[in-house]
Amino acid sequence: MTTTDQVRETVNAVYESDSRRVLATLIRVLGDFDVAEEALHDAFMAALEQWPRDGVPANPRGWLVTAGRFKAIDKLRRRKRFSSLEEAGDAADVAVVDTAAWADEESVEDDRLRLIFTCCHPALAAEAQVALTLRQVCGLTTEEIAQAFLTRAPTVAQRIVRAKAKIRDARIPYEVPARTDLPGRLDGVLRVIYLTFNEGYAASSGASVTRHDLSAEAIRVGRLLVELLPEPEAIGLLALMLLHDSRRTARATASGDLILLEDQDRSLWNREQIAEGVGLVRRALSSPAGPYAIQAAIAAVHAEAPASAATDWNEIVGLYDVLSRLDASPVIALNRAVAVAMRDGPAAGLSIIDAILDGGDLTEYRPAHAARAELRRLLGRTADARVSYERALALARQGPERRYLERRLAELSAN
Amino acid sequence: MKYLCLVYLEERKLHAVQDSECMACGAGLRESGMLLAAEALQPVDTATTVRIRNGKLAVTDGPFAETKEQLAGFYLVDARDLNDAIQVAAKIPPAREGSIEVRPVRELNTDLYG
Repeated sequence: MTTTDQVRETVNAVYESDSRRVLATLIRVLGDFDVAEEALHDAFMAALEQWPRDGVPANPRGWLVTAGRFKAIDKLRRRKRFSSLEEAGDAADVAVVDTAAWADEESVEDDRLRLIFTCCHPALAAEAQVALTLRQVCGLTTEEIAQAFLTRAPTVAQRIVRAKAKIRDARIPYEVPARTDLPGRLDGVLRVIYLTFNEGYAASSGASVTRHDLSAEAIRVGRLLVELLPEPEAIGLLALMLLHDSRRTARATASGDLILLEDQDRSLWNREQIAEGVGLVRRALSSPAGPYAIQAAIAAVHAEAPASAATDWNEIVGLYDVLSRLDASPVIALNRAVAVAMRDGPAAGLSIIDAILDGGDLTEYRPAHAARAELRRLLGRTADARVSYERALALARQGPERRYLERRLAELSAN
Repeated sequence: MKYLCLVYLEERKLHAVQDSECMACGAGLRESGMLLAAEALQPVDTATTVRIRNGKLAVTDGPFAETKEQLAGFYLVDARDLNDAIQVAAKIPPAREGSIEVRPVRELNTDLYG
Protein backbone atom coordinates (compact mmCIF):
# COMPACT_ATOMS: atom_id res chain seq x y z
CA MET A 1 0.00 0.00 0.00
CA THR A 2 1.35 3.42 -0.93
CA THR A 3 1.57 6.26 1.56
CA THR A 4 -1.20 8.03 -0.32
CA ASP A 5 -3.49 5.03 0.15
CA GLN A 6 -2.62 4.87 3.84
CA VAL A 7 -3.39 8.55 4.31
CA ARG A 8 -6.61 8.13 2.38
CA GLU A 9 -7.59 5.37 4.80
CA THR A 10 -6.71 7.61 7.72
CA VAL A 11 -8.94 10.35 6.31
CA ASN A 12 -11.78 7.84 5.97
CA ALA A 13 -11.25 6.65 9.53
CA VAL A 14 -11.25 10.23 10.83
CA TYR A 15 -14.44 10.86 8.86
CA GLU A 16 -16.08 7.83 10.49
CA SER A 17 -15.03 8.72 14.03
CA ASP A 18 -15.02 12.51 14.02
CA SER A 19 -17.05 14.05 11.19
CA ARG A 20 -20.10 14.59 13.46
CA ARG A 21 -17.94 16.22 16.10
CA VAL A 22 -16.35 18.51 13.54
CA LEU A 23 -19.76 19.37 12.09
CA ALA A 24 -21.16 20.16 15.55
CA THR A 25 -18.31 22.60 16.17
CA LEU A 26 -18.51 24.13 12.70
CA ILE A 27 -22.21 24.87 13.22
CA ARG A 28 -21.32 26.81 16.36
CA VAL A 29 -18.40 28.61 14.78
CA LEU A 30 -20.20 29.45 11.53
CA GLY A 31 -23.71 29.84 12.95
CA ASP A 32 -25.51 28.05 10.14
CA PHE A 33 -26.24 24.38 9.39
CA ASP A 34 -25.90 24.62 5.60
CA VAL A 35 -22.71 26.67 5.67
CA ALA A 36 -21.27 24.21 8.22
CA GLU A 37 -22.16 21.16 6.13
CA GLU A 38 -20.49 22.67 3.10
CA ALA A 39 -17.47 23.59 5.21
CA LEU A 40 -17.26 20.03 6.55
CA HIS A 41 -17.20 18.70 3.01
CA ASP A 42 -14.56 21.21 1.94
CA ALA A 43 -12.42 20.45 5.00
CA PHE A 44 -12.30 16.73 4.20
CA MET A 45 -11.56 17.48 0.54
CA ALA A 46 -8.66 19.63 1.71
CA ALA A 47 -7.48 16.82 4.00
CA LEU A 48 -7.45 14.35 1.10
CA GLU A 49 -5.34 16.79 -0.85
CA GLN A 50 -2.98 18.07 1.84
CA TRP A 51 -2.40 15.21 4.28
CA PRO A 52 -0.63 12.96 1.75
CA ARG A 53 1.68 15.87 0.95
CA ASP A 54 2.18 17.46 4.38
CA GLY A 55 1.53 14.48 6.64
CA VAL A 56 -1.40 13.80 8.98
CA PRO A 57 -1.68 16.67 11.51
CA ALA A 58 -1.18 15.95 15.22
CA ASN A 59 -4.73 17.07 15.97
CA PRO A 60 -6.80 16.07 12.91
CA ARG A 61 -10.09 17.30 14.39
CA GLY A 62 -8.70 20.75 15.17
CA TRP A 63 -7.16 20.90 11.72
CA LEU A 64 -10.51 20.06 10.10
CA VAL A 65 -12.41 22.67 12.12
CA THR A 66 -9.84 25.30 11.23
CA ALA A 67 -9.79 24.31 7.57
CA GLY A 68 -13.60 24.21 7.40
CA ARG A 69 -13.91 27.61 9.02
CA PHE A 70 -11.31 29.11 6.73
CA LYS A 71 -12.94 27.64 3.60
CA ALA A 72 -16.36 28.89 4.67
CA ILE A 73 -15.13 32.42 5.37
CA ASP A 74 -13.21 32.41 2.12
CA LYS A 75 -16.35 31.38 0.21
CA LEU A 76 -18.51 33.96 1.98
CA ARG A 77 -15.93 36.63 1.21
CA ARG A 78 -15.84 35.72 -2.46
CA ARG A 79 -19.62 35.50 -2.68
CA LYS A 80 -20.25 38.80 -0.97
CA ARG A 81 -17.02 40.40 -2.18
CA PHE A 82 -16.00 41.57 1.24
CA SER A 83 -13.73 44.49 0.69
CA SER A 84 -13.05 45.69 4.20
CA LEU A 85 -9.51 45.15 5.42
CA GLU A 86 -10.82 43.98 8.75
CA GLU A 87 -12.49 40.92 7.22
CA ALA A 88 -9.45 40.08 5.14
CA GLY A 89 -7.24 40.29 8.22
CA ASP A 90 -9.53 37.99 10.16
CA ALA A 91 -9.40 35.33 7.45
CA ALA A 92 -5.63 35.56 7.21
CA ASP A 93 -5.29 34.91 10.94
CA VAL A 94 -7.28 31.72 10.66
CA ALA A 95 -4.88 30.30 8.14
CA VAL A 96 -2.00 30.56 10.60
CA VAL A 97 -3.62 29.63 13.89
CA ASP A 98 -4.15 25.91 14.07
CA THR A 99 -4.72 25.07 17.73
CA ALA A 100 -7.62 27.42 18.25
CA ALA A 101 -9.79 27.77 21.31
CA TRP A 102 -12.89 26.51 19.50
CA ALA A 103 -11.28 23.12 18.96
CA ASP A 104 -10.51 22.30 22.60
CA GLU A 105 -11.88 19.08 24.03
CA GLU A 106 -14.50 20.48 26.38
CA SER A 107 -16.18 22.89 23.99
CA VAL A 108 -16.22 20.23 21.27
CA GLU A 109 -18.09 17.84 23.58
CA ASP A 110 -20.52 20.67 24.42
CA ASP A 111 -21.03 21.21 20.71
CA ARG A 112 -22.31 17.67 20.27
CA LEU A 113 -24.82 18.26 23.06
CA ARG A 114 -25.78 21.61 21.50
CA LEU A 115 -26.39 19.81 18.22
CA ILE A 116 -28.62 17.18 19.84
CA PHE A 117 -30.71 19.76 21.69
CA THR A 118 -31.05 21.95 18.61
CA CYS A 119 -32.13 19.04 16.37
CA CYS A 120 -34.70 18.04 19.02
CA HIS A 121 -36.01 21.57 19.64
CA PRO A 122 -39.75 21.48 20.44
CA ALA A 123 -40.38 24.34 17.99
CA LEU A 124 -39.58 21.87 15.17
CA ALA A 125 -42.16 19.34 13.95
CA ALA A 126 -41.78 15.92 15.61
CA GLU A 127 -40.95 14.19 12.32
CA ALA A 128 -38.42 16.88 11.48
CA GLN A 129 -36.72 16.40 14.87
CA VAL A 130 -36.19 12.70 14.14
CA ALA A 131 -35.00 13.29 10.56
CA LEU A 132 -32.67 16.11 11.56
CA THR A 133 -31.17 14.10 14.42
CA LEU A 134 -30.49 11.12 12.16
CA ARG A 135 -29.02 13.38 9.49
CA GLN A 136 -26.88 15.66 11.63
CA VAL A 137 -26.06 13.67 14.78
CA CYS A 138 -25.81 10.20 13.21
CA GLY A 139 -24.69 11.28 9.74
CA LEU A 140 -27.25 9.16 7.88
CA THR A 141 -27.99 10.27 4.34
CA THR A 142 -31.44 11.50 3.36
CA GLU A 143 -31.89 8.30 1.32
CA GLU A 144 -31.03 6.10 4.31
CA ILE A 145 -33.51 7.95 6.52
CA ALA A 146 -36.24 7.71 3.87
CA GLN A 147 -35.60 3.99 3.46
CA ALA A 148 -35.67 3.44 7.21
CA PHE A 149 -39.04 5.14 7.55
CA LEU A 150 -40.41 3.74 4.30
CA THR A 151 -40.99 7.22 2.91
CA ARG A 152 -39.63 8.99 -0.15
CA ALA A 153 -36.27 10.74 -0.04
CA PRO A 154 -37.68 14.09 -1.29
CA THR A 155 -40.16 14.05 1.62
CA VAL A 156 -37.34 13.62 4.13
CA ALA A 157 -35.18 16.19 2.34
CA GLN A 158 -38.05 18.68 2.46
CA ARG A 159 -38.53 18.13 6.21
CA ILE A 160 -34.84 18.72 6.84
CA VAL A 161 -34.69 21.82 4.64
CA ARG A 162 -37.73 23.32 6.40
CA ALA A 163 -36.32 22.55 9.84
CA LYS A 164 -32.99 24.15 9.00
CA ALA A 165 -34.77 27.21 7.60
CA LYS A 166 -36.76 27.56 10.80
CA ILE A 167 -33.63 27.22 12.94
CA ARG A 168 -32.10 30.04 10.94
CA ASP A 169 -35.11 32.35 10.45
CA ALA A 170 -36.71 32.01 13.88
CA ARG A 171 -33.23 31.96 15.44
CA ILE A 172 -33.38 28.75 17.41
CA PRO A 173 -30.22 29.07 19.51
CA TYR A 174 -27.40 26.56 19.31
CA GLU A 175 -27.16 25.85 23.00
CA VAL A 176 -27.69 23.38 25.79
CA PRO A 177 -30.78 24.53 27.71
CA ALA A 178 -30.37 26.26 31.04
CA ARG A 179 -30.74 24.12 34.15
CA THR A 180 -34.34 25.30 34.71
CA ASP A 181 -35.46 24.29 31.21
CA LEU A 182 -33.41 21.11 31.09
CA PRO A 183 -35.94 18.52 32.36
CA GLY A 184 -38.58 19.47 29.78
CA ARG A 185 -36.09 19.75 26.94
CA LEU A 186 -34.39 16.49 27.88
CA ASP A 187 -37.78 14.74 27.72
CA GLY A 188 -38.05 15.92 24.11
CA VAL A 189 -34.61 14.55 23.23
CA LEU A 190 -35.35 11.21 24.92
CA ARG A 191 -38.66 10.98 23.04
CA VAL A 192 -36.88 11.44 19.69
CA ILE A 193 -34.32 8.77 20.57
CA TYR A 194 -36.97 6.30 21.78
CA LEU A 195 -39.17 6.93 18.74
CA THR A 196 -36.20 6.18 16.50
CA PHE A 197 -35.39 3.05 18.48
CA ASN A 198 -38.96 1.75 18.31
CA GLU A 199 -39.19 2.37 14.60
CA GLY A 200 -36.05 0.28 14.12
CA TYR A 201 -37.13 -2.35 16.64
CA ALA A 202 -40.52 -2.86 14.99
CA ALA A 203 -38.82 -3.08 11.60
CA SER A 204 -36.09 -5.48 12.68
CA SER A 205 -38.47 -8.41 12.37
CA GLY A 206 -40.23 -6.97 9.33
CA ALA A 207 -39.93 -8.15 5.76
CA SER A 208 -37.16 -5.77 4.80
CA VAL A 209 -33.63 -6.45 6.00
CA THR A 210 -32.22 -3.57 3.98
CA ARG A 211 -33.66 -0.89 6.23
CA HIS A 212 -30.93 1.00 8.01
CA ASP A 213 -30.47 -0.14 11.57
CA LEU A 214 -32.36 2.60 13.39
CA SER A 215 -32.20 0.79 16.73
CA ALA A 216 -28.43 0.79 16.63
CA GLU A 217 -28.40 4.49 15.72
CA ALA A 218 -30.78 5.27 18.59
CA ILE A 219 -28.57 3.35 21.02
CA ARG A 220 -25.56 5.25 19.70
CA VAL A 221 -27.21 8.63 20.34
CA GLY A 222 -28.48 7.39 23.72
CA ARG A 223 -24.95 6.34 24.66
CA LEU A 224 -23.55 9.68 23.54
CA LEU A 225 -26.18 11.51 25.58
CA VAL A 226 -25.36 9.51 28.72
CA GLU A 227 -21.67 10.23 28.17
CA LEU A 228 -22.31 13.97 27.80
CA LEU A 229 -25.23 14.43 30.19
CA PRO A 230 -25.60 11.56 32.66
CA GLU A 231 -29.14 12.41 33.82
CA PRO A 232 -31.06 9.49 35.41
CA GLU A 233 -33.71 9.34 32.69
CA ALA A 234 -31.09 9.38 29.91
CA ILE A 235 -29.41 6.44 31.66
CA GLY A 236 -32.82 4.78 32.07
CA LEU A 237 -33.60 5.10 28.37
CA LEU A 238 -30.23 3.69 27.33
CA ALA A 239 -30.80 0.75 29.67
CA LEU A 240 -34.29 0.20 28.28
CA MET A 241 -33.04 0.19 24.68
CA LEU A 242 -30.13 -2.15 25.43
CA LEU A 243 -32.38 -4.61 27.29
CA HIS A 244 -34.95 -4.66 24.47
CA ASP A 245 -32.25 -4.92 21.86
CA SER A 246 -30.60 -7.84 23.70
CA ARG A 247 -33.53 -10.01 22.57
CA ARG A 248 -33.28 -8.99 18.93
CA THR A 249 -32.11 -12.32 17.50
CA ALA A 250 -34.49 -14.33 19.69
CA ARG A 251 -37.66 -12.44 18.87
CA ALA A 252 -38.21 -13.67 15.32
CA THR A 253 -37.78 -16.88 13.34
CA ALA A 254 -35.48 -17.04 10.32
CA SER A 255 -38.53 -16.41 8.14
CA GLY A 256 -39.35 -13.28 10.17
CA ASP A 257 -42.22 -14.62 12.28
CA LEU A 258 -42.62 -13.11 15.74
CA ILE A 259 -41.71 -15.18 18.78
CA LEU A 260 -43.34 -14.09 22.04
CA LEU A 261 -41.16 -13.34 25.05
CA GLU A 262 -42.32 -16.52 26.83
CA ASP A 263 -41.37 -18.73 23.86
CA GLN A 264 -38.00 -17.18 23.09
CA ASP A 265 -34.76 -19.17 23.26
CA ARG A 266 -33.11 -17.27 26.09
CA SER A 267 -29.66 -18.58 25.18
CA LEU A 268 -29.87 -16.27 22.16
CA TRP A 269 -30.21 -13.18 24.34
CA ASN A 270 -27.20 -10.92 24.23
CA ARG A 271 -25.68 -11.33 27.71
CA GLU A 272 -23.25 -8.46 27.27
CA GLN A 273 -26.05 -6.02 26.49
CA ILE A 274 -28.09 -7.40 29.40
CA ALA A 275 -25.20 -6.95 31.82
CA GLU A 276 -24.67 -3.37 30.63
CA GLY A 277 -28.42 -2.67 30.73
CA VAL A 278 -28.86 -4.07 34.24
CA GLY A 279 -25.89 -2.02 35.47
CA LEU A 280 -27.41 1.12 33.98
CA VAL A 281 -30.81 0.35 35.57
CA ARG A 282 -29.14 0.30 39.00
CA ARG A 283 -27.55 3.68 38.27
CA ALA A 284 -30.84 5.14 37.00
CA LEU A 285 -32.81 3.89 39.99
CA SER A 286 -30.42 5.39 42.54
CA SER A 287 -32.26 8.73 42.21
CA PRO A 288 -36.06 9.26 42.16
CA ALA A 289 -36.96 6.96 39.29
CA GLY A 290 -38.57 8.32 36.12
CA PRO A 291 -40.69 6.41 33.59
CA TYR A 292 -37.77 5.24 31.41
CA ALA A 293 -35.84 3.92 34.40
CA ILE A 294 -38.88 1.99 35.64
CA GLN A 295 -39.60 0.52 32.21
CA ALA A 296 -35.94 -0.47 32.04
CA ALA A 297 -36.25 -2.09 35.46
CA ILE A 298 -39.19 -4.14 34.16
CA ALA A 299 -37.15 -5.20 31.13
CA ALA A 300 -34.31 -6.13 33.50
CA VAL A 301 -36.59 -8.43 35.53
CA HIS A 302 -37.45 -10.27 32.31
CA ALA A 303 -33.82 -10.34 31.20
CA GLU A 304 -32.63 -11.85 34.46
CA ALA A 305 -35.27 -14.61 34.58
CA PRO A 306 -33.57 -17.87 33.54
CA ALA A 307 -36.87 -19.15 32.10
CA SER A 308 -40.26 -17.65 31.37
CA ALA A 309 -41.85 -19.60 34.22
CA ALA A 310 -39.26 -18.21 36.63
CA THR A 311 -40.24 -14.57 35.92
CA ASP A 312 -40.87 -12.54 39.06
CA TRP A 313 -44.35 -11.28 38.07
CA ASN A 314 -44.96 -9.87 41.52
CA GLU A 315 -41.97 -7.57 41.08
CA ILE A 316 -43.16 -6.62 37.58
CA VAL A 317 -46.69 -5.78 38.75
CA GLY A 318 -45.15 -3.67 41.53
CA LEU A 319 -43.03 -1.75 39.02
CA TYR A 320 -46.09 -1.17 36.82
CA ASP A 321 -47.91 0.18 39.88
CA VAL A 322 -45.14 2.74 40.33
CA LEU A 323 -45.16 3.53 36.63
CA SER A 324 -48.95 4.05 36.54
CA ARG A 325 -48.63 6.58 39.34
CA LEU A 326 -46.15 8.59 37.23
CA ASP A 327 -48.04 8.18 33.97
CA ALA A 328 -51.72 7.22 33.99
CA SER A 329 -51.72 6.24 30.29
CA PRO A 330 -54.01 3.38 29.19
CA VAL A 331 -51.09 1.64 27.42
CA ILE A 332 -49.31 1.30 30.76
CA ALA A 333 -52.55 0.10 32.35
CA LEU A 334 -52.77 -2.55 29.60
CA ASN A 335 -49.22 -3.78 30.20
CA ARG A 336 -49.91 -3.90 33.91
CA ALA A 337 -53.04 -6.00 33.22
CA VAL A 338 -50.96 -8.53 31.29
CA ALA A 339 -48.52 -8.76 34.22
CA VAL A 340 -51.45 -9.21 36.62
CA ALA A 341 -52.75 -12.03 34.38
CA MET A 342 -49.36 -13.74 34.63
CA ARG A 343 -49.30 -13.36 38.42
CA ASP A 344 -52.95 -13.98 39.37
CA GLY A 345 -54.32 -15.85 36.35
CA PRO A 346 -56.06 -14.87 33.08
CA ALA A 347 -59.41 -13.90 34.63
CA ALA A 348 -57.82 -11.21 36.83
CA GLY A 349 -55.99 -9.69 33.86
CA LEU A 350 -58.96 -9.93 31.54
CA SER A 351 -61.27 -7.98 33.84
CA ILE A 352 -58.77 -5.08 33.84
CA ILE A 353 -58.44 -5.16 30.04
CA ASP A 354 -62.24 -5.30 29.66
CA ALA A 355 -62.53 -2.23 31.88
CA ILE A 356 -59.97 -0.31 29.77
CA LEU A 357 -61.63 -1.18 26.45
CA ASP A 358 -65.18 -0.73 27.76
CA GLY A 359 -64.13 2.67 29.06
CA GLY A 360 -63.42 3.65 25.46
CA ASP A 361 -59.60 3.67 25.67
CA LEU A 362 -57.31 1.76 23.27
CA THR A 363 -60.20 0.59 21.08
CA GLU A 364 -57.99 1.07 17.98
CA TYR A 365 -54.87 -0.32 19.66
CA ARG A 366 -53.94 -3.73 18.27
CA PRO A 367 -52.04 -5.04 21.34
CA ALA A 368 -55.11 -4.45 23.54
CA HIS A 369 -57.25 -6.71 21.37
CA ALA A 370 -54.47 -9.27 20.95
CA ALA A 371 -54.02 -9.47 24.74
CA ARG A 372 -57.76 -9.75 25.29
CA ALA A 373 -57.90 -12.55 22.68
CA GLU A 374 -55.06 -14.40 24.37
CA LEU A 375 -56.66 -14.28 27.82
CA ARG A 376 -60.08 -15.24 26.47
CA ARG A 377 -58.46 -18.21 24.73
CA LEU A 378 -56.75 -19.30 27.95
CA LEU A 379 -60.14 -19.16 29.70
CA GLY A 380 -61.63 -21.41 27.01
CA ARG A 381 -63.86 -18.67 25.62
CA THR A 382 -63.09 -19.65 22.02
CA ALA A 383 -65.82 -17.66 20.26
CA ASP A 384 -64.95 -14.46 22.19
CA ALA A 385 -61.24 -15.07 21.53
CA ARG A 386 -61.92 -15.34 17.81
CA VAL A 387 -63.73 -11.97 17.78
CA SER A 388 -60.75 -10.32 19.51
CA TYR A 389 -58.11 -11.97 17.29
CA GLU A 390 -60.03 -10.80 14.23
CA ARG A 391 -60.26 -7.27 15.63
CA ALA A 392 -56.50 -7.30 16.30
CA LEU A 393 -55.81 -8.66 12.80
CA ALA A 394 -57.83 -5.82 11.25
CA LEU A 395 -55.57 -3.35 13.10
CA ALA A 396 -52.24 -5.09 12.35
CA ARG A 397 -49.89 -3.34 9.92
CA GLN A 398 -46.75 -5.41 9.61
CA GLY A 399 -46.34 -8.82 7.99
CA PRO A 400 -45.03 -10.67 11.07
CA GLU A 401 -47.82 -9.34 13.31
CA ARG A 402 -50.43 -10.38 10.77
CA ARG A 403 -48.96 -13.86 10.35
CA TYR A 404 -48.81 -14.36 14.12
CA LEU A 405 -52.48 -13.47 14.56
CA GLU A 406 -53.52 -15.59 11.57
CA ARG A 407 -51.65 -18.53 13.10
CA ARG A 408 -53.48 -18.05 16.40
CA LEU A 409 -56.82 -17.95 14.60
CA ALA A 410 -56.00 -21.15 12.71
CA GLU A 411 -55.07 -22.87 16.00
CA LEU A 412 -58.42 -21.86 17.48
CA SER A 413 -60.23 -23.55 14.60
CA ALA A 414 -58.03 -26.68 14.83
CA ASN A 415 -58.79 -27.20 18.53
CA MET B 1 -34.07 39.98 17.15
CA LYS B 2 -37.71 41.08 17.12
CA TYR B 3 -40.57 38.67 17.69
CA LEU B 4 -44.28 39.36 17.52
CA CYS B 5 -46.21 37.43 20.14
CA LEU B 6 -49.81 37.17 18.94
CA VAL B 7 -52.38 36.48 21.63
CA TYR B 8 -55.25 34.24 20.53
CA LEU B 9 -58.31 33.72 22.70
CA GLU B 10 -61.80 32.32 22.29
CA GLU B 11 -64.35 35.14 22.32
CA ARG B 12 -65.91 33.96 25.58
CA LYS B 13 -62.49 34.11 27.23
CA LEU B 14 -61.58 37.62 26.10
CA HIS B 15 -62.06 38.90 29.62
CA ALA B 16 -60.85 35.79 31.44
CA VAL B 17 -57.63 37.58 32.31
CA GLN B 18 -57.83 40.82 34.28
CA ASP B 19 -56.57 43.91 32.44
CA SER B 20 -54.50 44.79 35.50
CA GLU B 21 -52.57 41.53 35.14
CA CYS B 22 -51.82 42.27 31.46
CA MET B 23 -50.74 45.80 32.43
CA ALA B 24 -48.34 44.38 35.00
CA CYS B 25 -46.92 41.93 32.45
CA GLY B 26 -46.35 44.75 29.96
CA ALA B 27 -44.77 46.93 32.63
CA GLY B 28 -42.40 44.13 33.63
CA LEU B 29 -41.34 43.58 30.02
CA ARG B 30 -40.87 47.30 29.47
CA GLU B 31 -38.67 47.49 32.55
CA SER B 32 -36.52 44.63 31.26
CA GLY B 33 -36.06 46.60 28.04
CA MET B 34 -37.56 43.84 25.89
CA LEU B 35 -40.90 45.43 25.08
CA LEU B 36 -41.18 47.42 21.86
CA ALA B 37 -44.99 47.63 21.75
CA ALA B 38 -48.04 45.90 23.15
CA GLU B 39 -51.75 46.45 22.73
CA ALA B 40 -55.03 44.66 23.42
CA LEU B 41 -57.61 44.61 20.62
CA GLN B 42 -61.37 45.09 20.52
CA PRO B 43 -63.30 41.89 19.61
CA VAL B 44 -63.45 40.80 15.96
CA ASP B 45 -67.02 42.03 15.50
CA THR B 46 -65.49 45.51 15.39
CA ALA B 47 -63.11 44.45 12.59
CA THR B 48 -63.21 45.81 9.06
CA THR B 49 -61.32 44.16 6.21
CA VAL B 50 -59.87 46.27 3.42
CA ARG B 51 -58.72 45.02 0.01
CA ILE B 52 -57.79 46.60 -3.30
CA ARG B 53 -59.05 44.51 -6.24
CA ASN B 54 -58.70 45.64 -9.84
CA GLY B 55 -57.60 48.98 -8.48
CA LYS B 56 -60.82 49.39 -6.54
CA LEU B 57 -61.22 49.66 -2.80
CA ALA B 58 -63.34 46.90 -1.26
CA VAL B 59 -64.34 47.26 2.38
CA THR B 60 -66.12 44.42 4.21
CA ASP B 61 -67.39 43.89 7.69
CA GLY B 62 -65.60 41.38 9.92
CA PRO B 63 -62.17 39.74 10.15
CA PHE B 64 -60.42 38.29 7.09
CA ALA B 65 -61.07 34.76 8.42
CA GLU B 66 -63.51 33.44 11.00
CA THR B 67 -61.68 31.33 13.54
CA LYS B 68 -62.62 29.87 16.91
CA GLU B 69 -59.78 31.66 18.61
CA GLN B 70 -59.40 35.27 17.60
CA LEU B 71 -56.51 37.71 17.72
CA ALA B 72 -56.96 39.51 21.03
CA GLY B 73 -53.72 41.45 21.28
CA PHE B 74 -50.00 41.48 20.62
CA TYR B 75 -46.62 42.03 22.19
CA LEU B 76 -43.72 43.11 19.99
CA VAL B 77 -40.56 42.13 21.87
CA ASP B 78 -36.85 42.26 21.35
CA ALA B 79 -35.42 38.87 22.36
CA ARG B 80 -32.02 37.23 22.14
CA ASP B 81 -33.34 34.18 20.29
CA LEU B 82 -36.40 31.93 20.02
CA ASN B 83 -35.82 30.36 23.45
CA ASP B 84 -35.77 33.84 24.97
CA ALA B 85 -38.95 34.76 23.06
CA ILE B 86 -40.65 31.54 24.23
CA GLN B 87 -39.81 32.51 27.83
CA VAL B 88 -41.51 35.88 27.27
CA ALA B 89 -44.55 34.29 25.60
CA ALA B 90 -44.94 31.89 28.51
CA LYS B 91 -45.25 34.86 30.86
CA ILE B 92 -48.04 36.56 28.88
CA PRO B 93 -51.09 35.96 31.14
CA PRO B 94 -53.55 34.82 28.38
CA ALA B 95 -51.14 31.90 27.62
CA ARG B 96 -53.10 30.14 30.40
CA GLU B 97 -56.45 30.63 28.63
CA GLY B 98 -55.59 30.64 24.92
CA SER B 99 -52.49 30.46 22.73
CA ILE B 100 -49.55 32.72 22.00
CA GLU B 101 -48.14 32.47 18.49
CA VAL B 102 -44.51 33.55 18.35
CA ARG B 103 -43.42 34.88 14.96
CA PRO B 104 -39.96 36.20 14.13
CA VAL B 105 -39.98 39.59 12.44
CA ARG B 106 -38.55 39.65 8.95
CA GLU B 107 -36.36 42.63 8.20
CA LEU B 108 -37.32 44.20 4.88
CA ASN B 109 -34.60 43.98 2.30
CA THR B 110 -33.38 47.55 1.97
CA ASP B 111 -30.19 46.63 0.12
CA LEU B 112 -30.44 48.49 -3.17
CA TYR B 113 -28.27 45.92 -4.90
CA GLY B 114 -29.86 42.92 -3.19
